[in-house]
Amino acid sequence: MQEMIDRAKELLADGTVDRVVGWRSGEFSYDITPGVFRSAEELDESFIYNDLCAPNLSKYLIKESRKEGKLLVFLKPCDTYSFNQLLKEHRILRENVYVIAVPCTGKIDVDTIKDKGIKGITSIESDGETVTIHTLYGDKTMPKAETLGDKCRTCKSKKHVVYDEIIGEDGEVNNDGARFELVEKLENMTPDERFEFWRNELSKCIRCNACRNVCPACSCENCVFDNPNSGIQQRAAVNSFEENMFHLIRSFHVAGRCTDCGECTRVCPQNIPLHLINRKYIKDINEFYGDYQAGEDAMSRAPLNAYTFDDCEPGIVYSRGGKA
Amino acid sequence: MQVNDTQFKPLIVAFCCNWCSYAGADLAGTNRLNYPADVKIIRVPCSCRVNPMFILRAFQRGADGVILCGCHPGDCHYTSGNYFTRRRMTLLFSMLDFMGIEKERTRVEWVSAAEGAKFAKTMNEFVEAVTKLGENKRLEDLRCKK
Repeated sequence: MQEMIDRAKELLADGTVDRVVGWRSGEFSYDITPGVFRSAEELDESFIYNDLCAPNLSKYLIKESRKEGKLLVFLKPCDTYSFNQLLKEHRILRENVYVIAVPCTGKIDVDTIKDKGIKGITSIESDGETVTIHTLYGDKTMPKAETLGDKCRTCKSKKHVVYDEIIGEDGEVNNDGARFELVEKLENMTPDERFEFWRNELSKCIRCNACRNVCPACSCENCVFDNPNSGIQQRAAVNSFEENMFHLIRSFHVAGRCTDCGECTRVCPQNIPLHLINRKYIKDINEFYGDYQAGEDAMSRAPLNAYTFDDCEPGIVYSRGGKA
Repeated sequence: MQVNDTQFKPLIVAFCCNWCSYAGADLAGTNRLNYPADVKIIRVPCSCRVNPMFILRAFQRGADGVILCGCHPGDCHYTSGNYFTRRRMTLLFSMLDFMGIEKERTRVEWVSAAEGAKFAKTMNEFVEAVTKLGENKRLEDLRCKK
């Protein structure tokens, strides 16, 4: 962390950039929020980078890169995929951004810790191997691996796909397919079980739109859900159809562009595993149209913007996978 | 003939592309081929005009099955529209199945302007399949029920 602050100070001092986009503490010390820092003092005071800094900073660059002056941003491997995807869609002005890649060893997911029955958390410390959780009822320790959310547990890549300079070593892409395990589990259920599962999950949705607002792929200035004639505009869903519709349409809009950064699940206040919907699309695209990782490069065509003459017919859905 | 009112009659929405399938439906009509009156045809300029939201909206408004008909791949009036439809609908149908919605309720069929018989046959088969499934319960919107 100190290395990052020092480098940021240097770049601020020599005028390369005039502000830094990074992380700072939110309401609680374990609740990290993105922040913009304009001076060395601010950096010293509140800049943070630790195992809790999960927020993906790429989406903030859409607005931030359009302001005057150049900015410095720190990106984790996941975030660089989103950054690349946004470059491809011409949403970020690349010349206004100086990217420093920072390593990531997986981020602690507070909801995963809470799911283990740990209450009254006051602060969380991590030394990279073990996590110490200070609570009102005393301290608890556990291996870091147990505190990771599904997204980090099945990390897709530790490699940075775009940066101007890098701190630490670049990692490797992980292609073991572990991230599709839960999707496969669902596929192997009967349609009735799947329907039950999703009804159970999606009925928790309170339509706070956090998943949409945080999603780096959801960057339309006028969202379809802001249209009062869409029938599913911004308000609490009144029946099960709206919940289904919202998540079906939102996931379809990002299909082929979703980099699987997992922000939707992380920010969901109701802990709906929304990333499973996106991963199903990614898995289908890989199976039907060949492996594709959104954001891997800034040039290739998105699978839904392309076609081949011998694509499979939609009827393939009737004959493959899952129980009848 | 006595009409049995208690029998379930599905409501089917068919999106037909203006250049092939709509003309195919017309041909089925002029050839006096029978297909169920439960099929409501909506004409679209091209099968790729059909946004996935249209399909969900049809279900919301009470459709029990939605079928999308377009030109055969390679014959699109706009050269490539139906290739995009093919990818989109494959993914959408797969997702509906993933969410546990009966996959027999949605279908894509390529019908050319010369295939009146195929149009009638497709509709007969599809209506039969949806009738077996019964009413659409999983994607219904109670506010839209009469």
